[in-house]
This record gives sequence, C-alpha cells and structure tokens, in this order.
Amino acid sequence: MADGIVIPDPRDGAGKAGRAPEPLPDPDDDDYPPLYRSRQKIFPKAVSGFFRRLKWQIMGVTLAVYYLTPWIRWDRGDGAPDQAVLIDLANRRFYFFWIEIWPQEFYYVAGLLIMAGIGLFLVTSAVGRAWCGYFCPQTVWTDLFMFVERRIEGDRNAQIRLDKAPWTPRKVWLRTLKHATWLGIAFATGGAWIFYFADAPSLFVDFWTGQAAGVAYATVAILTFTTYTLGGLMREQVCTYMCPWPRIQGAMLDENSLIVTYNDWRGEPRSKHRKKAAASGEKVGDCIDCMACVNVCPVGIDIRKGQQLECITCALCIDACDAMMEKVDLPKGLISYSTLHDYELGVAGRGDERPTVWKRIFRPRTLIYAGAWAAIGLFMLLSLTVRDRIDVNVIHDRNPVFVTLSDGSIRNGYTVKILNMVNEPRTFQIRVEDLPGAHLAFAGGEAVSGISSGEDLDGPFLRVEVDPDRLRSVRIVVTMPREALEAERTEFTWVAFEEHWEYGFRPETSRAEGAFFAPEGTGE
Amino acid sequence: MAEDHKIETDEISGTRTTGHEWDGIKELDTPMPRWWLTVFYACIVWAVGYCIAYPAWPLISSYTTGVLGYSSRAEVIETVAEHKAGQAQFRDRIAAASMEEIRAEQDLFEFALASGASAYAVNCSTCHGAGAAGGNGYPNLNDDAWIWGGTIDDIHYTITHGIRNDTDEARVSEMPAFGELEILDDAQIESVTQFVLSLSGSPHDATLAGDGAVLYEENCAACHGEQGEGYPELGAPNLADQIWLFGGTPEAIAAQIHKPRQGVMPAWGPKLDEATIKELAVYVHALGGGQ
Repeated sequence: MADGIVIPDPRDGAGKAGRAPEPLPDPDDDDYPPLYRSRQKIFPKAVSGFFRRLKWQIMGVTLAVYYLTPWIRWDRGDGAPDQAVLIDLANRRFYFFWIEIWPQEFYYVAGLLIMAGIGLFLVTSAVGRAWCGYFCPQTVWTDLFMFVERRIEGDRNAQIRLDKAPWTPRKVWLRTLKHATWLGIAFATGGAWIFYFADAPSLFVDFWTGQAAGVAYATVAILTFTTYTLGGLMREQVCTYMCPWPRIQGAMLDENSLIVTYNDWRGEPRSKHRKKAAASGEKVGDCIDCMACVNVCPVGIDIRKGQQLECITCALCIDACDAMMEKVDLPKGLISYSTLHDYELGVAGRGDERPTVWKRIFRPRTLIYAGAWAAIGLFMLLSLTVRDRIDVNVIHDRNPVFVTLSDGSIRNGYTVKILNMVNEPRTFQIRVEDLPGAHLAFAGGEAVSGISSGEDLDGPFLRVEVDPDRLRSVRIVVTMPREALEAERTEFTWVAFEEHWEYGFRPETSRAEGAFFAPEGTGE
Repeated sequence: MAEDHKIETDEISGTRTTGHEWDGIKELDTPMPRWWLTVFYACIVWAVGYCIAYPAWPLISSYTTGVLGYSSRAEVIETVAEHKAGQAQFRDRIAAASMEEIRAEQDLFEFALASGASAYAVNCSTCHGAGAAGGNGYPNLNDDAWIWGGTIDDIHYTITHGIRNDTDEARVSEMPAFGELEILDDAQIESVTQFVLSLSGSPHDATLAGDGAVLYEENCAACHGEQGEGYPELGAPNLADQIWLFGGTPEAIAAQIHKPRQGVMPAWGPKLDEATIKELAVYVHALGGGQ
C-alpha cells in the first residue's frame, strides 16, 4: 500500500471486552471510519536527468505517432481511400499502408494482438515495466498533464502552497487556466482518434462545419471526458486500482528482470546528518534521507520500501537520487535499475560480479519470447505477401435440393460469392473439378452484364467480372445426366481463378468444396 | 424475528447497528458508498427527466406522450417510408423498363431478384412452396417444363392474369373428362394410359400402348401433339418428358384422363403493382428453368 494510508482499526479502541462502553461514534465526526477514501494528493517535483530526457523523447515520438498517423497519405488508385492507416467501418475494410484487410481476414489483427501480448512479456522479462513507465498512454498523457500543471502552477512547493491557499482570484485564475488547458489537450486527443476512422482532411472540415456524423462528435466528447478524467484527475489511481497489467507483472518478473531498486545494503541506515552521525561513531549508509526520490515520484510512493505494485518504473527517482549523490560527492546508483540478482550480489558485497546488460537481456526466457514474437510476425508477413486476393464461397440451394428436368437429368443450384479483393476490376473463371459430364450455367441466363460462359479442353467454365474491391454473388446451376451420377451425393470441387494474371507463376485461385445431390435411389 | 434492540456499535467494524436483530444476528447500518449514492440520485433525476421527455405513464384511455413527442410506432412508419423512398429509384426504373432491360442491367437485375424473392415468399409460396418446388397439382417453378411457356414474357403474363380464373385475360384451357363424359370407356383409357407412358420412355405394356396409339391420335394429339410434345399456347402439357404435374403412375394418368383436375391461379395484376409483378417474373425465371 502507498505510504500514508492508515485505516483506523476499531479493535484498537472501542468495544474491547471489559472496557467501559464508549459513546456512539457520530458519522459527522472526523474520527468516524471513512466510507469513502479520497485520493492522496501527489505533487511530483520536476526533475532532470537521463531518464527524464528519455521520457521526454519517448513522449514526443508517441504523441507525434498518435496525432500525425491519420494524416499520412497513401495512393491506392481510384475508388479506394488514400489514407495510409484507416479503419473503414462503413465499408468494413482496414487499411495499413500497403496492406488491406477484409473482415474475414481479421486473424491478422488477432495475430497482431498476440504479438502485442508476447511483446509485453518480452519487454517485461527483459527490462521490467518499461511499458508502464514510458510508453503506456496513461503514463504519456499524465506526464503531459503534469507538465502543463507545472507551467501554470509552478513546481511541487508552489503547487502545495496553492492547494492550501484560500480561493483568491489568482488561485481561481490558475486553476481555471489549468483545467481549461487540460480539457483542450483532452479534446485534441479525442479529436485525433476519429481521424483513424474516416478520411482525415475531409472529416476535419466536416467536423468544424457541423457536417460530421453524430457518432464523431459523441466519440470526441467521450474521449475528451475520459482523457481529462484519467490523465488529469485520476492519474496514478488508474495504474494502481484500475489496470490489470501491474497484477500480471507480478507473475512476469523474475530475478533477472530490471526493476527500479533502492540498494538498501548501501543506503541504510539512512541519516539526515551523515557527517555528524559518522563523527559520533555511528554506522551510516549513503542515503541522506533528503526525500528527493519521494518528492519526484508520480505515483506517490517511497521506493526505499522496496519494489511495490504502484511503481511504474519511470526511473525519475533514479534521476533525482543521482543528482543528490553528485552534490554530496557519493557514488551514483543508490537507486538504480537492478535485477533481484544484482541486488543479492550487492548485499553479499559482490557487486563487481554483476552481469553485463547484454547478458541480462539475452537469456533463454527473453530469447524464447523474442523467438515466438518474431515467428508470428514473420509468418504473418509471409502470409500477407503470398495471400491471394480472391475468395470464393459456395452455398448449395436448400430448397429444393435438386430439380428433375424434363429430359430426366438432375440439376442442383448454388449461390457462388466471389470476392475480388484488389482495387481493379478482374475477371474470374469458375469451373468444377471431379464432376465429369457436368453442365454449368447461370440461373436466369447471361443477359446481365459481366457474365458469360465458355468451354475449352479442360471443360466448361463460367466467366464472371467483379468490380474493384467488391463481392459479386451469382447463382449457378449445375446439370448432370442421370446416368452420369453414381450416388445420391457426389462430392466435387469448385475452382475460381483469375483469367488473366500479370504477376506470379500462377493465377490467384480459390477453391471450395461442393456436393451434388440426386434423387433417392440414384446409382443403385 | 426482528426484535428492537438498542443501537450499538459493532466491535469488529466499528459501525453502528440498526437496532434490528435476528436470532442473535445484528444488522449493521453501513452507509452506502458515496459513488453508489451519487449514481442512485443521478438515476432518479434521469428517471424524472425521462418521464417528462418520453411516453411514460399509462392513463385511462391513452398515455402521457412526453414533450419530445416520440413514438415507436411513428418511428416504424418513418423507417418504412425511408426504405420505400430508398427503393423507389429501382422500382420506378423496373416499372418503366422492359423485361429484357431489367435482366440486362446488373443493379436492376439484382434488386429485382431480391425484391422478387420476398414478394414470392409472401404471395406465391402458399401453393408453389417456399423453394418453388411445387407439389402434386402445383407446378415446380425450378424445372424446365412450362405448361404455359417459360420465356420471361410468358411468365409475366401468367403472373399478371393467372390461370382459369374469372378475369377475361386469364389463361384458360380445359381438357374434356373423357371417362365421365363416356367418350372413352375404361379399357380405352387404360390403353391410352399405356401409350402416354410410352411417350416418355416409361415402363409400359407395349400391346395396350399399340391400341392406345390410335385412340391418342384421335382424341389427344390435337392439343398434346403427335409425339406428346405439348402445346404451350393452349396450355397442353408435354407428355413426353419426365415431369408429371398430377403424378406419373398409370393410375394417376388414367384418373387424369377420366376426369382431369385443372389447376387455378389467381390474377395478380389487380393485386400487385407493376414493378412487383416484373420482379416476380425475373425471380421465377431466374430460378433456373426459364427459357
């Protein structure tokens, strides 16, 4: 638990056997057990150093990626959106640069999620909770909100003074300014989100002229609210109480995972008056108990109590402590990124034997994670490059299952759906395999544009032109002479392939299983 | 049994009791969490607002309509009207186009197929079956045997005017009841039956069929054709194919010669609009047997 949370234990006080009964507690009393715990206010102090610089840089990159990605253009030709990253819900397409994903190819997205999961395991086992400390949107936006807060209200001490001060016009002004800026950032955050779902430039114009869809405004409103609430008001409470990841971390970390560690074997016993204490012969550690590590902590914990659930390993306490150690002329690294193993070596006085960073990162566990992660990624990449952009689905008529024609032959009807998944019109040939003697025709004839039939040495075929990036459904009837049928059910294969192809060694092809049904007693 | 006890403070939790006790179990007066109360009050406020804005309270013969004037019934009417308006562009074109034009344009054709399928389900499936496979006495619309012609215009006419109904344009044909009117006696009917079976290559008695050939020539060939090929203009079915509207057994054929059953189909022209009839014709024609 975080420092400072003290739950009064009534067993210490009222009602012990043998004592005189105490007066009933009054709910309005200050001593009455709290029914609702309000947030412990945290005023993190500004800090500078290596990790702070790293965090600023990562914040810049991640925010830039978030805000700019929808504006990247990508030419896909006529009739297709020219936005590099677009989730087109209305047309059910996902565009990512050169990749286009249809809803039935959602397994690629599932693969990405699995990669994200394994990637988190990999990062956690190698460098601890780096995700929490540097990359998590909650961390990035909270950091941004804190930056705004410091620019407006001042650093830690000024913030504390302002918080305690009565509501003077200055305080009202500063608080209004702060919350307005936060809301502005939150609005921009929600505003950027919708651009992933529609053409960004036109949506931008529509949005500001009141022409955008209601759902766009609602999305912006909701995300503005959540960003403002989570980043501005709730902050570390999200990480401590709401997020499941810190709980999972407990199972992911091992003795070789980097965590922010207070090296108490070096720091304890701590003393505010080191020199005086040392002079009087007391044993003193390096910790000068300056509270710098506590004051800069964005989640309000004291790292000197050891590894804690709340710690997001942002390492700002390392920056703060190193700066102090430098001032008092002691070696840096009293608080450091260390593994449990390092720490134990330190306790044993064998700090020199610490393995190198490389040895720590390249160990079987991380290599297995990295291998699994890369294997899934490579497999998906490979399958993306060789996947066919045609798909065929065939549904046999349910009623009637077969039709007897006037000459006694048997006819089955099928609904054939052909997906042309590229942005140009293509012509496909549809044939049947393993059904000798079959006659193929379009139900309703060939008067409709874009369909025709033909025959070559390989047998009869039907030709279907499909518009760019579209599905076309045709109804096909297959007729078999009665004497050619050997059973009530004959299995065969539908084959659809591109008639003229430009790239590769073979036309793009899709197959589907088919079955031909005949009246009872056929083949007997 | 709840008994009234005095309010006291619970030793474990430090919370007051309500003073109620059941068999020694005392009830704590634990106040609601603040967030819960907030949500509860917010729900009350919401409910009051909802009652003002939307239909809420039943009255004797009506109900409070709410200031927004919302009504789910009106919404349905509006939605149906919207969809009708959305379909109008297709239906207007279909009403104006010829059958061949409808079949040649992909968007019209696909709309007509879908729209025809639902019109079929509502109006036609009662007799012809959900899959249009028909039944004894009700023609199968999937096959290639058409008593009154299987071109799309023939089908359109049949749907519009029907068969053997009271309208003037209805398709009408009547086969005499050869047995009941005593034109043929039972032995002759049996001979003709065997000959009719022979026309389609079905198992038959060759001797009787030989006798029947002369009777067929005299009595039946005028409508059904010399070889039993049928005559769609007269609505005379093909007797040489494998499809039998009233059954292909000798008994069924003989019964039909003795006293024919003659199917009736209503005229849909007065009941459905032109676009719907055209859509139905496209759908039936595209079931697979259309000529």
